[in-house]
Amino acid sequence: MTKSFKISMLLVAAMMMAGTFTFAAPAASVAPHSPQMPRYRFENFTTANGLPNNHVFAVLVDGDRVWAGTEDGLALYENHTWKTYTTKDGLAHRAVLSLALDKRTGDVWAGTMAGLSRISGGRIDSFTQLNSGLSNDVVYGVSVEGENVWVATAAGGCRLDLRTGQWTLYNERNTPMVEIWVYAVSATPTKVYYGVWGSGVLEYDQKTGRWDKYDDPDGENEMVLFKDQGLIHEIVTSVSYVDNILWAATYFGASRYDGRYWHNFLTKDSGLPSNFINQVKGLDSKRAWFCTDKGLAYYDGANWAVYRSSLKDGKPEMTLRDAAGKVTPIAVATAPAHNYVLGIDFENEDIWVATAKGLSHGIRERQ
Amino acid sequence: MIRHTQRSDIAAAATSLPLLACALIACALWSEHAVHADEATPSVQDAAYASPLEVLLSPDGSRLYVLCQTSDEIRVLDAVGYAVIKKIAVGHVPRGFSFSPNGSRLFVTNSWDDTLSVIDTKALAVVATWQVGSEPSGVVEDREGKRLFVANRISNDVAVLDAETGAEEKRLLAGRGSSYLALSPDGARIYATHVYPNPSPYRTAPESEITVIDMKRAVVIDRMPLHAVAGVFHTALSADGRLGVVADYHPKNLVTLAHLEHGGAFEDTLTVFGADVGKPVEVPLDELERYASQPFGVAIAPDKSRIYVTSGGSEIVTVIDVPRLLRYIHAHPAGFVQDLSASANYVVTRIAVGLNPRGLTISKDGHRLFVANRLDDTISVIDTRTNKVSATIKLDGPSKVSALRHGEQTFYTSRYSFQGQIGCANCHIDSTFDGLTWNLEPDGFGRNTVDNKLLEGVKNTQPYKWTGTNPNIPTECGPRTEKYFWRSEQYDDLTLADLTIYIRSLDPRPNRWKLPGYELTPAQERGKALFERGVDKFGKPITAYNRCAYCHSGPKGTNQKLFDVGTHKLLDNPGLLKSPPLTNIALTAPYLHDGSARTLEEIWTVFNPDDKHGRTNDLTKDELNDLIEYLRTR
Repeated sequence: MTKSFKISMLLVAAMMMAGTFTFAAPAASVAPHSPQMPRYRFENFTTANGLPNNHVFAVLVDGDRVWAGTEDGLALYENHTWKTYTTKDGLAHRAVLSLALDKRTGDVWAGTMAGLSRISGGRIDSFTQLNSGLSNDVVYGVSVEGENVWVATAAGGCRLDLRTGQWTLYNERNTPMVEIWVYAVSATPTKVYYGVWGSGVLEYDQKTGRWDKYDDPDGENEMVLFKDQGLIHEIVTSVSYVDNILWAATYFGASRYDGRYWHNFLTKDSGLPSNFINQVKGLDSKRAWFCTDKGLAYYDGANWAVYRSSLKDGKPEMTLRDAAGKVTPIAVATAPAHNYVLGIDFENEDIWVATAKGLSHGIRERQ
Repeated sequence: MIRHTQRSDIAAAATSLPLLACALIACALWSEHAVHADEATPSVQDAAYASPLEVLLSPDGSRLYVLCQTSDEIRVLDAVGYAVIKKIAVGHVPRGFSFSPNGSRLFVTNSWDDTLSVIDTKALAVVATWQVGSEPSGVVEDREGKRLFVANRISNDVAVLDAETGAEEKRLLAGRGSSYLALSPDGARIYATHVYPNPSPYRTAPESEITVIDMKRAVVIDRMPLHAVAGVFHTALSADGRLGVVADYHPKNLVTLAHLEHGGAFEDTLTVFGADVGKPVEVPLDELERYASQPFGVAIAPDKSRIYVTSGGSEIVTVIDVPRLLRYIHAHPAGFVQDLSASANYVVTRIAVGLNPRGLTISKDGHRLFVANRLDDTISVIDTRTNKVSATIKLDGPSKVSALRHGEQTFYTSRYSFQGQIGCANCHIDSTFDGLTWNLEPDGFGRNTVDNKLLEGVKNTQPYKWTGTNPNIPTECGPRTEKYFWRSEQYDDLTLADLTIYIRSLDPRPNRWKLPGYELTPAQERGKALFERGVDKFGKPITAYNRCAYCHSGPKGTNQKLFDVGTHKLLDNPGLLKSPPLTNIALTAPYLHDGSARTLEEIWTVFNPDDKHGRTNDLTKDELNDLIEYLRTR
């Protein structure tokens, strides 16, 4: 290795650490003009128009029904009317943190602060660490795959086999999990991913029954020594596995993993409005939505769009960032209910957004 | 006049060699004392009774199909002359059947071997046998002939199958003990019922439901709540789809069972629903001094003029005038389920039929009603224009009644209780349990609330009662039952002996958590090791009486001794509790002597703080789950 090459490498490393050097996104192509990104007119729901609480932790769309997990019950929007399920109806706890749909049966699974609830045809059955094999009552994440309900809890992950009723627990005793504070789960017939707070991403291969683990190569530091070397951070808040692509969100950036290469997203080198990400939801191998503490972001594989209220004056804003990094403001009249975004789901071309101050219905506008 | 088995029938059994031994046993028991029946093991196999449970008329009305529970057959009769056309062997203990929409296939569920027999109705032969869910019961095909819906009693769901291949697509959550299905006349919905109550908080009224399934999407779209109902059976819908009716039990288990007057133990009811009614309404079938015990089958006349209901314990068919019923319902919007005088306003008559009448079906012209009398192997044919039994079809089979059969008849009839209100089968549905807790008078009002237990496999697990105060089955089922339950007529010694023989004959149903060959899964294996361990996780020896395998030893999981496991409550009388058998323990929630543990987990997570009910507090949650996985195989 020549002396000049070594110096070049050190310079690159220094620039990366300083945030002044970025690699181009793998699928990026420079758009000759502002990219066409989806635009929405946001209609917001709060306690003023039927929501039981403005703190909306999760949202789930099932056909023409919309479920909102709030701090004060599980709200269902149907036929332009809100109905709220509470502990009086059998809900495990009033604070609903996560939601999942069993597409085969239409049953909805709700992770709460005190157990897991199954909502089926209006009946609610709740599972707790006392009355069932659930590993812990604080249920941060839930995902349904076939006959299995996969759960992320404050004391490990677990799986309920709906056919046999058997609970299987996953923790530091039978997986590579170091911490057991499991924050998210994404289950598919081939792979199951757990996002673990402080312990990276765990991967379960459904065929082999083997576990793998992905960690931040830089350990628990907030520093990124080499870009795209691996998972962006150990504190993983959300995982989404779609089209053989893993999307992972952390409080310090996001990652995309195709089984061979990692690509990381930070505010300094992407259109992310914040590195503090509550949820990521992949649409396919290229496109994903990011729910951050500073707005909602959409990535189409090359370009970014951010939907929020301006951090300066609070007015609704939409910004586009093309693959070359050029940022273009778009005039809009509405924005999601709050910039602290916790979740998103989709109703055809519309989006539903859970925020800290209400639920937003983003109605797709023709351009 | 209700007909009952006469003792002469028993004596005549001696003419048959296989039944001779049975009669000798019965006589021996009778001559000594019925108490000794507990030590006797019936050496005779019950003869090949048919035990007709359900009946169906073919779509063209020419044939009568009879589901025979004991002989494992579908018998096909000519619907005019009632001659037997064919006997078709199906799986073990068939429970439900229905035709495909065009009548070309008959689907039969076999509850004991978890199969479904497909019968070609032209060839009258089984053309396919499919493995299905656990204890399949009701079955319905959709109008398009694409999907088959099967109610699974043990897994509490309705399975959705491919109607051509039997391949399972998915399972829909139903009520506990999912059993009976009815298709709406337009084919758009299924109404599903269940025989055990859904879980509810301790000592609150039981909760049941009618599960409504959308046929097009094959999803549950509604659950009609049935408050204070435990035990829901057949549903029928009127031809116009505007009226639905379901047979159900309304137990009075929250008050001390101290009398039977005025429906003190149970009410026998219908829940009526649909556009004709509005909000579902529970209506009593009973009268002030006469009961329609154990309602099971329902049918609505094609012109919607009448509802017919079988009552297995009272051995009657109740005939209800629908217009009068609807008028009464609308005139009493606040409900009248507690008013036993109400039924006089809509009950036309009560027709005595055979023993333990169950399923029924009505001809297209509405003139003939066929009723399956399960325990005397007959079909009653009722002329609905006169409300009289016009014919009784005797099915092929033993002409005499064995001791075992007599015991079963005794178990199901309500004739021994005050005003014929209840029988053993009220609380032991289909000879199992009811999922309820009861408070009985002899222990003191409000004291010693007890969980009702499973009867299967109860043989040789004495002493009985949670407190172990009954040394044998005749004591449990004789004087105690007569005094505190029937409050009326006593059994004669022979009847008690036969009842004992029947109860002792109740083998456990197959355990669905065991793998084929009875191998254990890794989790079950780990749980077994915990069950049998003698040392805790800290290396300390566990005293014998604090090991699972000590108190729950042997094939049935009981050493038949009494212990204090720290579960006594404030209103329990002092004393020890018998270690209960573990037979099919996964099915029999709630748990503990008083039913205070709603799940197996709660036995240890809630009710074992001092490790008196086994050393378990050193276990992790994973290990407790393993232990429970093993217990489910018992």
